[in-house]
Amino acid sequence: MSDNSYTPDSKLGKWFNDRLPLLTLSKHLQDYPTPKNLNYWWTFGGILTFCLITQIVTGLILAMHYVAHADMAFESVEHIMRNVNYGWLIRYVHANGASMFFLAVYIHIFRSLYYGSYKSPREMIWILGMIIYLLMMMTAFMGYVLPWGQMSFWGATVITNLFSAIPLIGESITTWLWGGYSVGNPTLTRFFSLHYLLPFLILGLVVLHIWALHVPGNNNPIGIELKKPSKDTVPFHPYIVIKDLFALLIFLIIFAFFVFYSPNILGHADNYIEANPLVTPAHIVPEWYLLPFYAILRSVPDKLLGVIAMFAAIFVLVILPWLDTSKVRSAIFRPLYKQFYWFLVADVLILGYMGAMPAEGTYLLIARVATGYYFIHFLIILPLLGHKEKTLEVPMSIMEPVLGGSANPSFTKSLKKNI
Amino acid sequence: MKYTKIFLLLITFLTFISVSTAAENSKKLLNPGWSFKGYFGKFDRASLQRGYQVYTEVCAACHSMKYLNYRNLAENGGPEFSVEQAKIIASQFEVEDGPNSDGDMFTRPARLSDKFVSPYPNDEAAKAANGGAYPPDMSVLVKARKGGANYIYSLLLGYEDPPPSVSLDDGVYYNAYMSGNKIKMANPLSENIVQYIDGTASTEEQMAKDVVTFLAWAAEPHLESRHKMGFKAILYLFVITILVYFSMKKIWSRVETKV
Amino acid sequence: MSEEKKVKRRDFIFTASYALGAVGVGASVWPLIDQMNPDASERALASTEVDVSGIERGQSITVLWRGKPVFIKRRTEEEINKARQVDLKELPDPEKDEDRAKNPEWLVMLGMCTHLGCVPLGNKGEYDGWFCPCHGSHYDTSGRIRKGPAPTNLEIPKYEFISDSTIKIG
Repeated sequence: MSDNSYTPDSKLGKWFNDRLPLLTLSKHLQDYPTPKNLNYWWTFGGILTFCLITQIVTGLILAMHYVAHADMAFESVEHIMRNVNYGWLIRYVHANGASMFFLAVYIHIFRSLYYGSYKSPREMIWILGMIIYLLMMMTAFMGYVLPWGQMSFWGATVITNLFSAIPLIGESITTWLWGGYSVGNPTLTRFFSLHYLLPFLILGLVVLHIWALHVPGNNNPIGIELKKPSKDTVPFHPYIVIKDLFALLIFLIIFAFFVFYSPNILGHADNYIEANPLVTPAHIVPEWYLLPFYAILRSVPDKLLGVIAMFAAIFVLVILPWLDTSKVRSAIFRPLYKQFYWFLVADVLILGYMGAMPAEGTYLLIARVATGYYFIHFLIILPLLGHKEKTLEVPMSIMEPVLGGSANPSFTKSLKKNI
Repeated sequence: MKYTKIFLLLITFLTFISVSTAAENSKKLLNPGWSFKGYFGKFDRASLQRGYQVYTEVCAACHSMKYLNYRNLAENGGPEFSVEQAKIIASQFEVEDGPNSDGDMFTRPARLSDKFVSPYPNDEAAKAANGGAYPPDMSVLVKARKGGANYIYSLLLGYEDPPPSVSLDDGVYYNAYMSGNKIKMANPLSENIVQYIDGTASTEEQMAKDVVTFLAWAAEPHLESRHKMGFKAILYLFVITILVYFSMKKIWSRVETKV
Repeated sequence: MSEEKKVKRRDFIFTASYALGAVGVGASVWPLIDQMNPDASERALASTEVDVSGIERGQSITVLWRGKPVFIKRRTEEEINKARQVDLKELPDPEKDEDRAKNPEWLVMLGMCTHLGCVPLGNKGEYDGWFCPCHGSHYDTSGRIRKGPAPTNLEIPKYEFISDSTIKIG
């Protein structure tokens, strides 16, 4: 925090701030110099913070009414939906909130991929983000188990069985995870306990994520380092606050449409059938936000290798800052990378779709090709591209292209076309 | 660049279309037009009351609705029987209570606060009485089936003579909308199986529509308040979004960058 | 006492403290980990007895044992022959049918796909045995994996006939 010299105006404020410099922190957050050219893809950090807090608050309330027991969980969810005052609203906000959270996090991640925000000196922000994403997936998965419907039960069975692929100790690990010889009541109660805990870990990591962000400051669409503060930046408050608020409200309108008019469209009908260990639903599919990884898992014909591929798909993201060798951050100045970027977007969408389809015939073939491209993109194309690609000239400051002060007119033109 | 993007979107889109059309070969579901669909959808009270009659006289012989209470019948947004009517309905059922001061269990007429009485004491008894097939609980059935209300409506009207290629075992029936086309439930509806109190002609279509309306309410008893609240919430969000938009424009006019 | 000896003694005391400390930490962490393993009430459900007198040839029943489904199938002659004629070299997880079903008429196995634990469907799949709807594993009439992602055959639990009509599983 650069701003140690800050002294509050009031005497009380000064007394307090000398002992606990919260006011200094608040001042830092308000004045935090932010690039003025951030576009709306940069508003998702604020939206995600809102999502996390919404999930924690609604989750706390649901936990007051929910019963974590295999014989009563399903009934207690129906109790929330029917008898608890506004219970239906709180549960639908929580359930759809998870989907909205992931929607926002995917946009946030793909924004970072497009503008190269993961590159030096922002690797720690990216890695913390990936840990948050991993914890989010775990939390969401365990939350989906709690209503103890058919998809809850069989989703839990399939996912926990992934660990049985580990040689030698796999069986012991799954038994240990289950607390029995199959998914059952002990599994449900421990999932509830962890589902309650993990969001607070995420909250802690979010604080670190923002802290790490405030060290180098925001990246921006042009991807250049800025002098801070300068004419290229604006203070966080009120400029960014109001812009984030506007974006959040748009996001909330979409959120509200789901909650009030299609609350079950993102869920699966089978989860309104109580869990039955003797009957497997015809298609077991995870929630939509896990589908790309599920498609990767299924596209490998060997059990252990499938599990390894799935975890590797996340791991390549973690080490991405070192896989991408290009010094230029923003895709605006990387004509080739931009094309591959959109290939990756299409690839992940296709993987997600294939994850929802039965693993056979054409689906399996397409899923395999898409899995192949996913790894080729990160492990081969990105490292090579940094050496081979001829990048466009990067401007010296944000104001340069805006004021038309570039020495190179063709560059200004191409920039205008691209932004 | 633009072209690559369009080209990729097209490819992605076409993959989705081609594989999804390949997957969909099941019969299109019937849709009688439900009053509870849409942004302002509400249940048709008369239909709900008739639907309850169909449920209790036909379905309830085998299907439980264990998450409903008799009080729900008189609550807002539901069939809205009067409290007196709901009490009379409840009192027609016997529930076990106890133990009394002698330590014995006893039965008494159901009250509003009691749950709907199930036809079988447990799932195993239900299975045993129905040739091994368990008649599912109907409390959330509409939400528990892909296609929802349309699916159950279609299923009720989907009984047909099997095509010659299909052979059926004893106690198995042919239904055009069941996956695999084989169903253990005999066609439950036939004309005039229920005599509606309000004098509506009880055709199969009418009964199917009424009972599915009732089931849709049972699965989502707060649907009407959800729709009402949703309209207010979204209207509020639109207004405040516009206000915030202009505030933002005003604030950002101090810098020469556009928002 | 020489200076050197003093240092040695001090090192020993430090090392001993670390070692003993590590033992203490390990000993206190173990209960926290082991509490997640199956508890006494779970372990007590070790065995179950099933009456199989009502099962016709070609039929199968499913019972729950330790929360897992167990298939008990009374096989037809045709199914037994089919299972016994298979060349072991064709199998991803070679196992003789004679070893899987001691009494050839009765096949007792866990109804959990060895891939990711779904319940396979009977009389289905390319080998007329079982087919797992989750990820498309095909099992033959002996419950051996033939095609698909599952790595091993359906597991045979410990069981015995305690009379002609009763099987004890576990």
